[in-house]
Amino acid sequence: MAKERNEKEQKHIFSLLVENQPGVLARIAGLFSARGYNIESLCVAPTVDPEISRVSLVTTGDEFILEQIKKQLNKLINVVKVYDYTQIPYVQRDLALVKVRAKPEHRAEILRIVDIFRSRVVDVSPDYYTVEITGDEDKIEAFLKLLRPMGIKEIARTGPVALARELV
Amino acid sequence: MFPIKLTGAQIFFKVLEEEKVEVIFGYPGGAVLDIYDELCRHENIRHVLVRHEQSAVHAADGYARASGKVGVCLVTSGPGATNTVTGIATAYMDSIPIVVFTGQVPTRLVGSDAFQEVDIVGITRSCTKHNYLVTDVNDLARIVKEAFYIARTGRPGPVLVDIPKDVQQATARYEPIKEIKLKSYKPVYKPNVKQLQRAISLIKKSKRPLILSGGGVVHARAHEELREFAEKIKSPVTSTLMGLGSFPPDSPLWLGMVGMHGTYAANMATGECDLLIGIGVRFDDRVTGKVDTFAPNAKIIHIDIDPTSIQKNVPVTVPVVGDCKITLSMLNKMLNEDGIDEKELEQIRKDWLFQIEEWKKSKPLKYEQKEGEIKPQYVIETLYELTKGDAIIATEVGQNQMWAAQFYKFHRPGQLLTSGGLGCMGYGFPAAIGAKVACPEKTVVDIAGDGSIQMNIQELATAIQNNIHVKVIILNNSYLGMVRQWQELFYERRYACTYLSYAPDFVKLADAYGAVGLRVEKPEEVRPVLEKALSIPNVVFVDVRIPPEENVYPMVPAGSPITEMILV
Ligand SMILES: Cc1ncc(C[n+]2csc(CCOP(=O)(O)OP(=O)(O)O)c2C)c(N)n1
Ligand SMILES: [Mg+2]
Repeated sequence: MAKERNEKEQKHIFSLLVENQPGVLARIAGLFSARGYNIESLCVAPTVDPEISRVSLVTTGDEFILEQIKKQLNKLINVVKVYDYTQIPYVQRDLALVKVRAKPEHRAEILRIVDIFRSRVVDVSPDYYTVEITGDEDKIEAFLKLLRPMGIKEIARTGPVALARELV
Repeated sequence: MFPIKLTGAQIFFKVLEEEKVEVIFGYPGGAVLDIYDELCRHENIRHVLVRHEQSAVHAADGYARASGKVGVCLVTSGPGATNTVTGIATAYMDSIPIVVFTGQVPTRLVGSDAFQEVDIVGITRSCTKHNYLVTDVNDLARIVKEAFYIARTGRPGPVLVDIPKDVQQATARYEPIKEIKLKSYKPVYKPNVKQLQRAISLIKKSKRPLILSGGGVVHARAHEELREFAEKIKSPVTSTLMGLGSFPPDSPLWLGMVGMHGTYAANMATGECDLLIGIGVRFDDRVTGKVDTFAPNAKIIHIDIDPTSIQKNVPVTVPVVGDCKITLSMLNKMLNEDGIDEKELEQIRKDWLFQIEEWKKSKPLKYEQKEGEIKPQYVIETLYELTKGDAIIATEVGQNQMWAAQFYKFHRPGQLLTSGGLGCMGYGFPAAIGAKVACPEKTVVDIAGDGSIQMNIQELATAIQNNIHVKVIILNNSYLGMVRQWQELFYERRYACTYLSYAPDFVKLADAYGAVGLRVEKPEEVRPVLEKALSIPNVVFVDVRIPPEENVYPMVPAGSPITEMILV
């Protein structure tokens, strides 16, 4: 089985419901590092039930690795539920805060891009605009590509969060 | 009735009593003093004071393996806690139910690098089934209860509970926990019937089936069900090291152990079978050899209680998640109701069973008996005879372990205690102590190597102080023998750092501790000295001088197909 690995690597998003307790994140992160699985991004916040948090986790691997990851996550005592969003329709959003250099000659252009992407400027300083954008990964990548020539100073990104479209 | 207020230490023992804990293996220190102080008031709980915390865990592990109950240990914070890690990892790899309680510095000091503070929950996260830091005395009863529950249910394993000193001292109202509510932990015991039907249809069609039984069958005590199953479907049976004791060794269907030091018949059968029924196994590399060539002609039915074991190392045709005992008895029932045509089965399996007999007869386990040499295999065969095959056998790690697995025949689960997954030298002696506590009426023998025994030899004092009369047979080759064997076969005999040119006089050493030491230097002394050792009502060390360069065979070089064996 090991042989087939690497060939069919795919990006994959898991959504986990976990008990909102100290150490849970360490268990999840520890599982990935100990078994050599990759975490591309990870995002955690409480759900409507304050005792439960949702973890959105992006990883890569072939189908065997992904199956193992899912089973290993399920095995953790504090993990309540593991949703695997490959088979079902889901929505996914990433949020980025981007601090871009705002030279006088670039300001109009930046605002135009912001407008086209339906993002917003959330902070203005003499030299920089800080803009906020949400969307799927492609949209954010495209946005960043357009801003890059003006000089991006800093980026903070959440990584994808996701929900299934139907209740599962 | 209004519940009364108790201290954390008192609550701790309340739960231990509810869990019917009979014995704690432990070692005190500042951060568990409150629990130790309370222990004096609980005469129904025996405390075995060890001489090193690693041994406390191994002893609890040996107790658990031999009795099937949860083993318990209690140690202090800091170094006490870190000393348990090797024992915990041993239990984790072999799925042994134990609960380890560690003292911790008071909660207000946690995180401040206080005296004897370590983050033992962080350290053991990856080698426990689960672990807890108790931060509020009101959670203590629930957590201790959960710890026992998690340790013994599903795929068993070690659980650690870290209890700060102030939590031991604080008071809370105590009410027995009636129900354990864990949101997400619901082990599956009952398998999916559809999968069982698929399994049965494969079994009926198979011309060359092979059952591979593992530690899961031992843990579930599913040996009766396994025997019935194998006889019903007329399939030969092999087992992993951890599975020894799960199938009667005198049955004509028995092939012996499989894997790196497995029998010729078992390894060949694995290579040739068309259906492999893995029960309570995890297809470890010491079992599969080169995994791509493992059971190349076989469809695989894999029964295990842990879903992560399935499809982890080998591709499986029929995955069955369930408890081995329940699954096997369901399979037996279905086969009965189905009405299998025994005659027909016999007919289609005839050639296969004949081939198996051929392999068994042509290349049985053997060794060359040379004039004047004490062969370790002979020592173990003699021990088998003298104990009528009934002793509980613990082993250390290395050649001694493999000879014990090959030449003692194990008739029941819990009869062989050995560190399979971790391969932990120093395990056997303390594990034997734990097993003897669990089964005082049984003869308990640690089959040891001269290297391994020195890793926990201080437990002589524990055995003597607590009147735990285990026997230790040291197969003394003056080498770290198994490593030397690898050097001989794969490193052109460069014996780097494996010669134990200095060793204590084990006879005198035993004597110094108040135990009895005996020595065997000639083959004809083996039987009388072992007889004597078994009859003396004391802890006995037997130092047996075996040939320094005796090897374990068959051997499959690491990474080779298991059908490619080096034979004697
Ligand atoms: C704690 C630990 N350290 C190192 C090893 C590596 N190792 C495996 S077998 C072995 C030799 C054991 O020597 P001995 O106890 O004399 O047994 P023998 O093989 O000679 O029977 C060693 C060093 C191990 N398994 N465990
Ligand atoms: Mg040795």
